[in-house]
Amino acid sequence: MELFFQQLINGLTIGTIYALIALGYTMVYGIIQLINFAHGEVFMVGAYIGLTVILVFGFAAGASLPAALLYLLVILLISMIVCGLLGVLIDQVAYRPIRNSPRLVALISAIGVSFVLQNAVMLIYGPMDKGIPQIFPDIKFIFGEVTLTLMQLIIMAVSLVLMIFLNFLVQKTQIGRAMRATAQDHKMARLVGINVNRIISLTFFIGSSMAAVGGVLFGLYYHTINFHDGYLAGLKAFTAAVLGGIGNIPGAMVGGILIGLAEGLGAGYISSEWKNVFAFVILILVLLFKPTGLFGERVSDRA
Amino acid sequence: MNHRKTEVRHQKSDKKYMSLPVLCLLISVFFFLFPFVDQSAYHLDVLTTAGIYILLALGLNIIVGYAGLLHLGYAAFFAIGAYTYASLNIAYGVPFWAAIPIAAIVSCICGFLVGLPVLRVKGDYLAIVTLGFGEIVRIVFNNLDPITGGPNGLLGIDNPAIVYPVFENGLVWKKFDFGVQSWPYYFLVLISVVLIAYFSLRLDHSRVGRAWIAVREDEVAAGCMGIPVPQMKLLAFGVGSAIAGIAGTIYAAKQGSVTPDSFDFILSVMILAMVVVGGMGSVLGVILGGLVLSILPELLREFSIYRMLIFGLLMILMMIFRPQGFLGNVRRKYELTQR
Repeated sequence: MELFFQQLINGLTIGTIYALIALGYTMVYGIIQLINFAHGEVFMVGAYIGLTVILVFGFAAGASLPAALLYLLVILLISMIVCGLLGVLIDQVAYRPIRNSPRLVALISAIGVSFVLQNAVMLIYGPMDKGIPQIFPDIKFIFGEVTLTLMQLIIMAVSLVLMIFLNFLVQKTQIGRAMRATAQDHKMARLVGINVNRIISLTFFIGSSMAAVGGVLFGLYYHTINFHDGYLAGLKAFTAAVLGGIGNIPGAMVGGILIGLAEGLGAGYISSEWKNVFAFVILILVLLFKPTGLFGERVSDRA
Repeated sequence: MNHRKTEVRHQKSDKKYMSLPVLCLLISVFFFLFPFVDQSAYHLDVLTTAGIYILLALGLNIIVGYAGLLHLGYAAFFAIGAYTYASLNIAYGVPFWAAIPIAAIVSCICGFLVGLPVLRVKGDYLAIVTLGFGEIVRIVFNNLDPITGGPNGLLGIDNPAIVYPVFENGLVWKKFDFGVQSWPYYFLVLISVVLIAYFSLRLDHSRVGRAWIAVREDEVAAGCMGIPVPQMKLLAFGVGSAIAGIAGTIYAAKQGSVTPDSFDFILSVMILAMVVVGGMGSVLGVILGGLVLSILPELLREFSIYRMLIFGLLMILMMIFRPQGFLGNVRRKYELTQR
């Protein structure tokens, strides 16, 4: 039973990170029906920006908890803004010129972006794993044989707050209403005076900044980042988005957590060697048997 | 309807296909004579590797270019071919020539098996599912230690050999082992490329090829015209996978070893890039794409760290300015640019 609870906590932690990335996939897909293949790379860039901020500001371990939280806030804000702008730039350069082309064209362009980002990061930071310094004090909460670290608690809390905020933004505000209208019908949205292009840019900004948060938290959790990490995490997050029903924001959150749990429990009970297979198997099964996902109303097999 | 079909084909053949056989012949002759002029083993090795990539690109072209099914896990079938030969050869001593058809059939069956459930999804979802499948295959090869040797792969695969008759005091059969020389593999790959390219060209103009074009352009309309859409898609998957299996066998024979790392997602994407950059659906274009994208990194050796960056940029620019590729076929161009 200890194993179960321990893996539950581990899975929940990584699951909330997947959920944050999945939000970007699902929002962009909801608005322009594009699988933003480069989204996983934005996540990876987010982690590297976080590392850079830590190094530049010299945030060191051993600070008190409030100071460390302040550090985290600074890191997150900078990384969110940089990655948000990066997302907007990606859209402007690689997706907007081919907005009306068939899916295949956009998908290949997205893969191109993904290569460019991976290799740009590799050229700047080098191909080796980069260690990320610990900024939080090493606090553990121990319940019997189950350990919950402070970092895990912070990851879950930050993710939860952001998801609630995002849900509020989309459901209750003027901007959110414009986003939902654009997702339903570009032409009609334009007719009622919504600047569709601006809304699309905004969607890319928000989605990418969520990925940036995911990246920073991922980096702080594993203490290491590599330019390859975005691809796998992105793919798992995409699985999460599909599992929850692509285009559906709460669905992405639930999907992310489920994928994380499946991975954590699978690694604990079956074998960690096969850890990466679970997400792909879930992805294939969902697409085959319930392509709308758990909460999706959209049919996902449109060509 | 029959009348219209022939009309369309005539328009195409008038301008382009009159000179195509001549052009193909000239290209083949050039590459057949190449080793006699340039004897550098390095050049031959580069061209042999390029040839294996071209084989893969030709196979993927059938799936992506002809049938319009986006496939991002193609390297998996290459891996299946390579591992089939490697394991059969090491365990049972199956020779190279016997392994080629076996690997082709095994890959083809795997293609069918994957295709059956996967074809229920379309477009970019198909791409993602095939990608997931490709990753699963790689991880399986990586983790199934007893059969595949795990991350270390399989070593000590036999080189291909041929027997040929000689007349010295009567008929004697002599054995020629390919060994580690470059040129036998070069010719092996070259002949394979020529055969597969010829096969692709013939396929393009066949009944099946036309059915694929119809499915690619409009599935519903194709179905209404009596084309068995699912079977056609499966056939494309099967044929494309079989070609990857053949390429895998040749690769395993040339390398003498296989490791799961050689068949990652990047390889799938590289092959797709060759097809796209060369021109989806155009056999000559795909060959050109494969040649350019595999020789370019060799030419840019000192900039090789920028290689993938340049590829990425190239892919984006290509999609924006010339989505049909270098030598895109005319029909494909209209499909990709007009909407």
